[in-house]
Amino acid sequence: MKHMIIGNSTAAIGCIEAIRRIDDSGMITVISSEPYKTYSRPLISYFLSEKTDEKKMKYRGEDFYKEMNCHFMPGKTVAAINAKGHNITLSNGSVLPYDKLLVATGSRPFIPPIAGLDGVTNKYTLMTLDDSYAIKSALNKQKGMQVLILGAGLIGLKCAEGITDKAGSVTVVDLADHILPSILNGEAAAIVQSHIEKHGIRFILGDSVKQFTAHHAVLSSGASVEFDMLVVAAGVSPNVSLVAEAGGKIGRGIITDKHQKTSLPDIYAAGDCTESIDAVSGQSRILAILPNAYQQGECAGTSMAGVEAVFKKAIAMNAISFFGLHLLTAGNYDGESHETKGKDSYKLLVTQKNHLNGYIIIGDIANAGIYTSIIKNRIPLDCLDFTLIKDKPQLMAFSQKERKAMLGGVEI
Amino acid sequence: MKRVYVNEEWCLGCHLCEYYCAFANSDKKDMVNALKDIQINPRIRVEEIGGVSFAVSCRHCEEPLCVKSCITGSLVIKDGVIIFDKEKCIGCYTCILNCPYGAIMPSEDGAVQKCELCLKNAGGTPACVANCPNQAIVYEERCK
Repeated sequence: MKHMIIGNSTAAIGCIEAIRRIDDSGMITVISSEPYKTYSRPLISYFLSEKTDEKKMKYRGEDFYKEMNCHFMPGKTVAAINAKGHNITLSNGSVLPYDKLLVATGSRPFIPPIAGLDGVTNKYTLMTLDDSYAIKSALNKQKGMQVLILGAGLIGLKCAEGITDKAGSVTVVDLADHILPSILNGEAAAIVQSHIEKHGIRFILGDSVKQFTAHHAVLSSGASVEFDMLVVAAGVSPNVSLVAEAGGKIGRGIITDKHQKTSLPDIYAAGDCTESIDAVSGQSRILAILPNAYQQGECAGTSMAGVEAVFKKAIAMNAISFFGLHLLTAGNYDGESHETKGKDSYKLLVTQKNHLNGYIIIGDIANAGIYTSIIKNRIPLDCLDFTLIKDKPQLMAFSQKERKAMLGGVEI
Repeated sequence: MKRVYVNEEWCLGCHLCEYYCAFANSDKKDMVNALKDIQINPRIRVEEIGGVSFAVSCRHCEEPLCVKSCITGSLVIKDGVIIFDKEKCIGCYTCILNCPYGAIMPSEDGAVQKCELCLKNAGGTPACVANCPNQAIVYEERCK
């Protein structure tokens, strides 16, 4: 069996590890456009601030490809998939055959169409280790730069945190009226924003850049911002073109079934390039987060090795910290809100129709995975002691029978 | 495989497992020296309300969400045990976000901590089990 994997990040690694649990002899070829062995992509912002280094941020051990008996092809880009012929063509023209193919091509930064953006020379995105090297080297070359970051999402804010010690100033602009709009409500965002502002980062919210010149941004409100360096962190787009051009079904991301199989024969897809069915809403959407990517890749790999596997517990979830303030979020916020506010802490639980749909926790994050599990497994709330679970995540809220299964290994 | 199991009906709520866990992972030879005047941060935690109590520690799941979700590769399964590499951990708490039992917690040094069955400390066998006075925590094989 010839397994081929396009991509070398989380979903690809999940796939390799799953294949090797079942098939120790089939060939696995891993093609990566990046020159590096697999590394933890979320750590590139920690790399900026030197909280980690290239060695520590390896996602797997030095001998991973050898141990997994993989043929690793770094620095190679795939130009086309020939689904009918079961082969791929690299950009250098060579053609490689496969029996089963995984597309784990991830996503790329979305560059918004803003007048004058092309004319900004000192501009960056933050998606790869090379991007991180480039930003770091620019900041080291010219001390005290004024940095403008476009986008107050996860990437923009982790970038802001990562560069704040090296930059002269950091300003973040976002059209949304609060930071982290995809994962926080206004209330929680205000707490996080005020914490980040204490570290010298300035926000301009509810506004957008209308026009760029080389070192100058004019905003829709009429205000203007001078900058030496621009970081564009305005979201990401899934890399779907290989599958789309091969005739596979595409929505916003690559469409797969519950086995991670695309509409094309013997072609699977996993990770940030795909859509998932959100277990809370039932809707197909892009859930570009690392735990989903690993589990999708693992499901694809198991299927590719000929064993039936299903992944259907995808939900939105994020664990992130800024300057020591931790926040955990999961699910969505449609339903009835149960809010608890402290000085620097916040908890929101959202319930609907006997289910926990989502939560936001800032500060006391202990045991939060119990909430995540209740959301993801769609556990009916009337099977739990809701007063206890509302107070804090705890196994005491489950029935004794459930606990015997969880802690005593007793089947129920 | 042998695992730590909890017999809830035998738990006295004495919290000795927590103290022995903190001691076992303290690098100190003397329990009094290890625990005197400190707020312990054990890897096993007793939940109790009224007459009900039970200890919770890592289940060493066969399909561990913490391992699958770890963004750095700090958590791995080795011979059925979920072990943790503190040097690689960045303290993002994605494992805490994912553990369905609440069995991973922040450690004092910015990383996380979890039960590693006392394999890495001097004990070699789970200290919570060895020192539970009523066999409410056991380390044994159980059929699934």
